[in-house]
Amino acid sequence: MTNHWVDIKNADLVLIIGGNAAEAHPCGFKWVTEAKAHNKARLIVVDPRFTRSASVADYYAPIRTGTDIAFLGGLINYLISEDKIQHEYVSNYTDAAFIVDDAYGFEDGLFNGYDADKRAYTQKATWSYAKGEDGFTRVDPTLQDPRCVFQLMKRHYSRYTAELVSSICGTPQEALLKVWAEIAETSAPGKAMTIMYALGWTQHTVGSQMIRTGAMVQLLLGNIGMPGGGMNALRGHSNIQGLTDLGLLSNLLPGYMTLAGDAEQDYAAYIAKRTSLPMRPGQLSYWQNYEKFHVSLMKAWYGKNATAENNWGYDWLPKLDIPGYDVLKVFDLMYQGKVNGYFCQGFNPIGSFPNKAKVGAALAKLKFLVVMDPLATDTSEFWRNVGDYNEVDTASIQTTVIRLPTTCFAEEDGSLVNSGRWLQWHWKAAEPPGQARTDIAIMAGLFHRLRELYTKEGGAYPAPILNLEWNYLRPDEPGPDELAREFSGKALADVSDPASGALLAKAGEQLAGFAQLRADGSTACGCWIFSGAWTQQGNQMARRDNADPYNMGQTNGWAWSWPANRRILYNRASADLSGQPWDPLKKRLVWWNGKVWTGTDVPDIKPDSPPEAGMNPFIMNPEGVARFFAVDKMAEGPFPEHYEPFETPIGRNPLHPDQPQATSNPAARVFKNDMEVFGTADEFPYAATTYRLTEHFHFWTKHCRLAAITQPEQFVEIGEVLGKELGIKAGDRVKVSSNRGFIKAVAVVTKRLKPLTVDGKTVHQVGIPIHWGFSGVAKNGYITNTLTPFVGDGNTQTPEFKSFLVNVEKV
Amino acid sequence: MDMNRRQFFKVCAVGLGGSSMAALGMAPPDAFADQVRHFKLASTRETRNTCPYCSVGCGLIMYSQGDGGKNVTQEIIHIEGDADHPVNRGTLCPKGAGLLDFVHSPNRLHYPQIREPGSNEWKRLEWDDALERIAKLVKADRDANFIERNEQGQTVNRWLTTGFLAASASSNESGYLTHKVVRSLGILGFDNQARV
Repeated sequence: MTNHWVDIKNADLVLIIGGNAAEAHPCGFKWVTEAKAHNKARLIVVDPRFTRSASVADYYAPIRTGTDIAFLGGLINYLISEDKIQHEYVSNYTDAAFIVDDAYGFEDGLFNGYDADKRAYTQKATWSYAKGEDGFTRVDPTLQDPRCVFQLMKRHYSRYTAELVSSICGTPQEALLKVWAEIAETSAPGKAMTIMYALGWTQHTVGSQMIRTGAMVQLLLGNIGMPGGGMNALRGHSNIQGLTDLGLLSNLLPGYMTLAGDAEQDYAAYIAKRTSLPMRPGQLSYWQNYEKFHVSLMKAWYGKNATAENNWGYDWLPKLDIPGYDVLKVFDLMYQGKVNGYFCQGFNPIGSFPNKAKVGAALAKLKFLVVMDPLATDTSEFWRNVGDYNEVDTASIQTTVIRLPTTCFAEEDGSLVNSGRWLQWHWKAAEPPGQARTDIAIMAGLFHRLRELYTKEGGAYPAPILNLEWNYLRPDEPGPDELAREFSGKALADVSDPASGALLAKAGEQLAGFAQLRADGSTACGCWIFSGAWTQQGNQMARRDNADPYNMGQTNGWAWSWPANRRILYNRASADLSGQPWDPLKKRLVWWNGKVWTGTDVPDIKPDSPPEAGMNPFIMNPEGVARFFAVDKMAEGPFPEHYEPFETPIGRNPLHPDQPQATSNPAARVFKNDMEVFGTADEFPYAATTYRLTEHFHFWTKHCRLAAITQPEQFVEIGEVLGKELGIKAGDRVKVSSNRGFIKAVAVVTKRLKPLTVDGKTVHQVGIPIHWGFSGVAKNGYITNTLTPFVGDGNTQTPEFKSFLVNVEKV
Repeated sequence: MDMNRRQFFKVCAVGLGGSSMAALGMAPPDAFADQVRHFKLASTRETRNTCPYCSVGCGLIMYSQGDGGKNVTQEIIHIEGDADHPVNRGTLCPKGAGLLDFVHSPNRLHYPQIREPGSNEWKRLEWDDALERIAKLVKADRDANFIERNEQGQTVNRWLTTGFLAASASSNESGYLTHKVVRSLGILGFDNQARV
C-alpha cells in the first residue's frame, strides 16, 4: 500500500476493484465503513461477482474477469475528454510534459520492436524520453507537443470508447458512465479516492499493467500521496510484504536492489547502471545512493571479508542468465527433470501453483524435497494416493521427502510487515508442540553443517559459504533481536556528517536510518529500507503508542513503518507547488513551514528543500515525477493495452479483431507444453475465476476445526441463469473441467453471478474457491489449481489464476 | 444507596459486562458457593502478537496458562483481538477468531520425519540425523552442478539444480536469515509467496 489501513478513513471515494476486502481483509475493510460513516465517503465496487464488498457499496458494476485495463483505459479516455483531471498535479508532478523518443510507436495492438518468435519486444531502448542539448529530458509544459506523454496517452486511450469498453467488459454502458462520472469528481484538488486491489489484479497475464492503469488514473486525479488516496495493494499473506521487501525473490536483493546479470562482470558498471542520475534539473533521484545500500548489505552478510579490494564480495553473489528463475520457470525445469532438490518453507506449491498435474509430476522428478512447516501440508504428501483427489502411483515416486516441524507465530518472537508497510513486533507465548523448531534454527542448523562439510572436505566454490558473517551469540539459533539489529544497520567505524563533520554514530552503535549509510564499508545494513527499525534507542517495531494527535489516523508512534517511519509514500504530493496541503483542513499531511518540511507524517522529500527549488515528489524516480509513460520498465509496452486472458471466452481481442498476435499478452512467456493445454471456448465455454472465502485462509485453515466447521465442504458458485440452462440446482454435485483436469464439488447457485453480454455473445462466469485439498480436518476436496493455466504475468510471472475457461456439468 | 461517581461507573460496568455475558448464553445457574469457578483468563499471562493470516496485521492478545516460571510450560488457552491496536481495535475476522485451533491443530507436526523413495509411510527422524542428511544431499547436488563460469567464460557462480521457496508468514528475521543463507549457496530458483 502507498497508504495504510487506517488512512482509508480519509478517503472521499473508495474504489474496490480486483479485490474483495470485506471478505478477504475483513478487519481492514472496517476503515471503509469508517470512511462511509464519518467522512461521507462513497464506495464503488467493480467485480465479476456481487461480493460482500459489493453488498455494502453505494454502487456496484459487474465486469468480465480479466478486462480491467479496458475498464480503466476507458476511464482515462473519459477523464481526459471531459477535462476531469487535477491540472496542477498532472502538469508538475507527472511526466505528462516529457517528450518521447521519435522511434516509439504503437500500431494495431503492438508497440514498436515486437519479435513474434521470441514473444518479446527487442527494441525497448526506444521506449524513452527525448534528450535536450543540456543532457536533460525535453519537456513541453503546455502539454501541446504531439510527442509529449500527455498527447500520446490521450491518443492511445481515445480508442477506448464507452461503447467498445462495454462490449469488452460486459459492463452495461450506463454503469460505466455512472462509475466514471463519480470517480471523476475526485479530480478536484483536495478530494481523494483510494483504490483497493488484491490478487484480482495481480493474477492475470496482464496483472502488472492493470495495476499501472489504476495508478495512471490516480495520477490524473491527483490522488497519489494524498491522505485517503493512493494505490493500495492488499497483500494476501501476513508477511509477503516483508519477504518481498527483504528480496526473497529470484532476481532481488534486500530493499529492491537487484542481482547482476551474466554480462555485468564489472562491479563499477553494475553500480553505475543502478545509480540513476536525475533526468531533470534539481531532482533528488534517491537511487543515486545505490552503492551505499549495496556495500552496507555486503558488509552485513560478509563482515570483514567484504572489502574494497574484492569489490565487497561481488563475485560471491550468483549472476542471472535470464530475467529470473521464478516459480513457473523452476517448476517447468523440474518437470523436465532438470531440478534435483527443493525446499518448501511454509509453502504448499501443489495447492498454490497452477496446473496441479504438472506440479505433482514435477515434484515426483525430484531427488529430494525438504518441507519446513507447522502443518502437514498437501505438498509434503504429494506422493500419497488419495483417490480422485490425488491419483498417484506412490511406489514409482522416487523422491526422498524430509519434513521438518516448525513453530507458528504464537511460539516465536519477531516482526511482520503488514500491507501498510508497518513492521510490527510480536512475542512468543508458548513452546511449540513436540520438537518443532523455528525456521531460524533450521536455517542456522543447516548452514552450520554445510559450512563444516565445506571446511573439512572442500567442494564447489566454498568462498561465499566460508566467508559469510555468522557472529551470533548462539550460532545454532541466532536471536530474532540480533537479526533485526543486523537488517536495521550499525556503524562499523565512527560515522560523521560529511558537511558539518558532526559525529552521527560511534563504531558499534545502531544507525538512526538509511541516510547514515556509507559506501566505504563503515556501515553494515542488511536491508536499507528497514534501516531505523532498531536504533540506538531500541526496537522501534515494538512501539505501542496508539495516539493520533492530529486525528489523521497516522499513529506515528505505533510500530514502525518503512521507509523512515513514513506512513504515506510520496506525501509531498499532498501539498501544492507552494508547499501547502491541497486541502488544509481535512488532508493535512505535510507542508513547508518557511524553513523545513513538516507535518502530521514524515515528509517524503529532502527536508530543507524549499518548494521554489522545484524538487518534485517522486524522489525515487530520476524524473522526479511519476510516470504515465513506463519507458522500458514493462515487458508489454509503455502504455497499458487491453489483451484477453490466454483462455478467452470470445476468442479475439475486440480492440484488434484482425491481429491474432494481439489477442492475448504478446510479451507473456509461455512454455511449449503449456501452450498445448490451453482450452478454447467451444469446449470450455465459461469464464472462471478463483477466490477466497472469509472463513478460510488459503490451505492452512482446513487444518483448523472451527474453520472446517464453518465452511466444511468444497463448492463452486454459478449464476441462476446458468444453473437453469444446465439443470443444476443448489446442492447438486457438479464436475468442473478445464483442459488440464477436473474437480467435483457442490454447486452453490446464486444471484451474485449474472451473464454478461461480451462482444455480442453471452458470457457466463463461474466462481471457484481455493481452500480444499487432500489433507486437513475439513472434508477432503479437489485442489482447485488442477484447473488453472500454467502461464504468468508478462513482468512478474504471477500465474493467471483469475481468468481461465471451464465447462460445468451435473454429475 | 450512597455512591460517588467512580463507584457508579464501576457498578454500571459490572452490570453491563454481566448482562452481555448473559445475552451470549452464558447465564450462570443459581450460585452455590462450591460451584463457583474462577474466571480462567484472570490467572493467565497475556502476550501480544499479530495475526499470521492476511496482511491487515491485526493485533492479538494470547492468554496462556502457567505462571511463567522457568520450569513451567505455558499453554495458550485463548486468543482475542487487541483493543489497543489502531487497525483492528479488538476485532477479529472468523479466521482470526479461530486462531487457537491453528495453534492446537491435530495436524501440527511434532517431529522430523522422512519418506523414503517409493515408500508409503513416514518414519521419525532425530533432528541431527535429519539436518545431516539434508546437508549431505545439498552438498552433493551443489558440488555436482554448481556453475562457476558460463560458456563465455564469465564468472556466474550460480547453482540451478536446487531451489528454495520461502514462506509467506515467517518473520522478517527468519526471512532475512533465509535469504543470507540461500544466496550464499548461489541459489537463483528462489521465491516467496508474493510470486503467486
